[in-house]
Parts: sequence; C-alpha cells; structure tokens
Amino acid sequence: MSAPTTDTTRTAQPAGSSRAGMREHRLPKWAPAAVVGAALVVAVLLTLPFGAPVAGVAVLTAILAVGGIWLASRIVEGSRKATDRLVTALVTVAFLIAMVPLVSVVWTVVANGAARLDVQFFTHSMFRVVGEGGGALHALWGTVIVTGLATLISVPIGLLTAIYLVEYGRGRLARWITFLVDVMTGIPSIVAGLFIVAVFALLFRPGLQLGLMGGLALSVLMIPVVVRSCEEMLKLVPNELREASYALGVPKWRTIIKVVLRTAVGGIATGITLAVARVTGETAPLLLTVGLTAGLNFNPLEGKMATLPVYAYYQYTAPGVPPEFAIERAWTAVLLLIALVMGLNLLARVISRVFAPKAR
Amino acid sequence: MAKLIDVSDLNIYYGDFLAVEDVTMTIEPRAVTALIGPSGCGKSTFLRSLNRMHEVIPGARVEGKVVMDGQDLYGSDIDPVTVRRQIGMVFQRPNPFPTMSIYENVAAGIKLNAKRMKKSDLDELVERSLRGANLWNEVKDRLNRPGAGLSGGQQQRLCIARAIAIQPDVLLMDEPCSALDPISTLAVEDLIEQLKLEYTIVIVTHNMQQAARVSDKTAFFNLAAVGKPGKVVEIDDTATIFSNPSQKATEDYISGRFG
Repeated sequence: MSAPTTDTTRTAQPAGSSRAGMREHRLPKWAPAAVVGAALVVAVLLTLPFGAPVAGVAVLTAILAVGGIWLASRIVEGSRKATDRLVTALVTVAFLIAMVPLVSVVWTVVANGAARLDVQFFTHSMFRVVGEGGGALHALWGTVIVTGLATLISVPIGLLTAIYLVEYGRGRLARWITFLVDVMTGIPSIVAGLFIVAVFALLFRPGLQLGLMGGLALSVLMIPVVVRSCEEMLKLVPNELREASYALGVPKWRTIIKVVLRTAVGGIATGITLAVARVTGETAPLLLTVGLTAGLNFNPLEGKMATLPVYAYYQYTAPGVPPEFAIERAWTAVLLLIALVMGLNLLARVISRVFAPKAR
Repeated sequence: MAKLIDVSDLNIYYGDFLAVEDVTMTIEPRAVTALIGPSGCGKSTFLRSLNRMHEVIPGARVEGKVVMDGQDLYGSDIDPVTVRRQIGMVFQRPNPFPTMSIYENVAAGIKLNAKRMKKSDLDELVERSLRGANLWNEVKDRLNRPGAGLSGGQQQRLCIARAIAIQPDVLLMDEPCSALDPISTLAVEDLIEQLKLEYTIVIVTHNMQQAARVSDKTAFFNLAAVGKPGKVVEIDDTATIFSNPSQKATEDYISGRFG
C-alpha cells in the first residue's frame, strides 16, 4: 500500500508555487508495521497480569492497531486518508479472522495426521487389523469409485440440462427446471442419502448398502452444482460467436458442440472439478448408503464399501481398545481427504488456465 | 457466382411487433447495395432476414418472399442452414472464434461442418480467402496464432475471409466498419470494391460518405415514429439518391436536416 513515499513531497515544486496545494503529508511506508508492533507490545503488557493469553493479546492488538493507525493518519494525513487507512485496516483484520479457522484446521490435521502418513497407510486395508498398523487403501479406492460413479452420472445429466437451459429452454418448462435445480442445491446431504436408501428399499430390499447407491446419492447432490456452473459458463459465451457460426451455415447442434462448448470447455471442466471436490468429503449420505468394510471392495454393485470420510468417522467414534491407533488413522484419513480436495482445486486452476483462449 | 435477390412484400416481425413493413426491392448481382437510414428503422433487421439469421432471435418471423435463383428462401422446403451457406454475413463487431487460430478461423466454415477436404486443398482455400480479404501478407507468417490477437481491422478482414471461404453467392455486411479506425475502414472499403466483382454485396452503414463511396445502389429506410414499422422510402442508383433524390425525406436525411 501507499506506494508514493515522502520522496513525492521532496520532488514536488517549492512551497509558494501554484502546485503547493497538491502537496500532502504522508506517513512513512513503515508506519503501519510500526503501529502493529507497538500495539502488540502494549497488548502484551496490558494482559501480563492475566498471563497474556494468546487470544486476548490478538484481539487487543487488533483493536489497538486499527485505532492507532487511524489516529496517526488523522493527525498526519488528514481525515480522508485516515478513513482510507481505517477501512484498509478493518478489511485486513477481517481477512485474518477468516484465515484463523482455515489455518487452524490445516495445522491440526497435519500435526495429528502426519504420524501415520506412511507407506503402510497406502498399501494396507483394515482387513484383519486390530490395534496398531492397518491403512486406508480400501477407503481411498472406495472414495475414488463412489465419486467417480457420481461424476459419471452427474456430468452428462448436468451438462445436458445446462445446454438445454441456455440454448433451447424457453418458457414454463425452463423456468420450472431452473427452480427445481435451485431447490435441489439446498437439499441437505442426509436427505439425498435417505432418498436413495428408500428407493433401493422399495425396488430391492431394505438394508441394502452398495457403492452404486453412494454414487447415486452423491450425484443427487452434484447434479444441481454441475447444472449451475455449466449454465453460467455457457451464458458467458458471447452470442456473437453463435451468430458467426450460424452465418457460416453451421447447424445449431454443431454450433453448440464445436463453438459454444469448445469456448466454454475450460470453465465447464473447472466447474465439474470443483463439484467433484465438493462431494468428495460428504459423509452423511455415504454412511447410510455405502456403509463400511474392513477390506478392499472394487465392485460397486455388491457389498459395502469403505470411503475416506466414513472410515475417518468410524475410526474416531469406534476406535476399539486401545484407542490411540485408530484415532491416529482417523487423522491421517482426514489429512488425505483434505489433500485430495486441495489437489482437485489446484487441478481446476490448471484446467482453466490450459483451456483459456489465448490472445497471442 | 453472384446472384440476384428479389424481395417482394416482405414484412418482418419480432413476435407481434411489426419491425419492417412491406419491403419490395431487387438486389442486383455484382453490385453493392447500401442500406442507410436512422437507427431503429430496420436496416439490420432487413439484412438479417435475407439469410434467415433473423429467425435465430426467439419469436422473430417474416411474411412475404425473398427469391434467389427462382427459389423462395422462406419456402417450406428450404433449410435455413443451406440458405446461410449461400448467403454469408459479416457482423458489426469483428467476431473471430477465440479458441481458433487464424488458419482455423478461415477454415471454420469447412471444419465446423465436418467437411472432408485434403490438407493441400484447404491450405489453398485459406490462402485464397485471406488474399481475397487483403489480409494474406499481414498474417502469412503467423497463421497458427490465435485470431483474437489481431487488431480490430485485421480481425474484421479475417471475418470477411472466413465468410468468403465458404464461397457464398451473396455477402451481407452489417456496419462492417463502425468499430474500425479510418485506416482499417479504408482497407475494408477497398476490399468491398474488389469483392463486388464476384459477389452480390449488401451493406448496412451509418456513414453516408461510405455509402456514396462504395455502393452502386442505395436504399433509404425510415420510420414514421418510434414504435412504428420501418419502411423503404426510396431505392435508386447511389448517384441519384445522393444528388437528386425524389423524396423529401431522403434529401433531408442525406443533407443532415433530419428530424
């Protein structure tokens, strides 16, 4: 912030000239840092009688620093600048507050989960493991298979719905679909799980738990997200490109495939990747529909399947005796899950960069 | 190649709103017909109805006849896609496909329609079209660069190259120079001069000097009031329209004594 420093004042024309009114007093560049430092010292001193608790010091420092910067700026730079500084300081504080839970979660998970982040964790399932050892290979595979199924189901349905809404949909039907998609976005995930459980209980038998059911439950959650993001991306394609294509005698369906989708492919792929990341961590519907097993199960059409969130949940709630080994595994599974979601987010960024239209 | 278009009793609607009323005119082959008139009088609407781009807009429709080659373009057995392959169009704002290179943009009419063509034939077509659009010398060393990286005037000539690459009989231009600087405008006008040797050209323009410079025939559109349909007030040789128009409204518009 505040790129021009005191140099500006020095190089400006001498006082008395007509430009004198343009000159202004400025706080030096290091002033905000100095104020924060001073605020920290004062906060520590003030809270020392109470043992200087970290949270107390942080809150007090923030208040003192915001007030101090405003006051200093008010005295030196005048009221307009002071307001600017005040708002900048408040925004910075808000950002730091928002970062606290994120950093805290990542820190805790890494600290607790790193212990079991070993080869065995990736090469072993929990088959015939009691107490020490074991891994999450089966849960990792389960998550990949279930979310893969969900993606396979949701992407065609979601993308085609979005194409219908943007390119063809007019009138009442399109409005109803948009409305229902909005409603679907708000469905609690446990309801999606119960819905699939109920459907399978009616069609086959009660108490069934399959990988496929998990994929279907997740796709109930994923479809509205895919529709929404694809719809937004398709709407971003300028109408001029569609017209340019029509004017070349290209039929509408070819225009959609080769011009509209080709132009929007980066955004669509990004949206889908983020939707996948969004459902990867779902626990409640998988708890109901997929259950948990100790061993590897690659068949989504038969038997229960382990998934990372459910695995972590059970390792934590039913750790057995002694509990510490299971709890360590739970942390590592959560760490893996976070890494997976973060990886998908990074992938989304890469995809959008690769497909972005280039100017040169 | 160039063909004559006969328009008779054409009414153009947006839903229930009659936008252009009762147009009857003959568009001559190997000539430039300019459409002039105030904003909102239906020039562009009329132009877009000539290659059935009009009906891309929901609710838009026409009544009347547009006859080319003895066929009514609005006949029940005519596919609008076929019409557009014979009547190309250049738009107001240059709109090259952002995901395609210069080469691919010119070849788009072939590629998007998934027509098979030998690489050498396609190369030749692209070169011929770019030469036709006076752009070859400027881009021949960077055919694989994105079309969006060209300047506005170059992009517009790229769009013209793309339009003539499908070898249409007629070329419609909707204010092709309004987003261009004077030098690029000159380049496009020179190009129109050359293109009219081979194509029937219809151009919408707000620039009266441009109409006077490039066109052989001029049609003046006007509307009685806002919300009323646009009409053709007068159509004649450009020289006559600009020197000795038969209608008072035309003279007022051309001499700037309008409204």
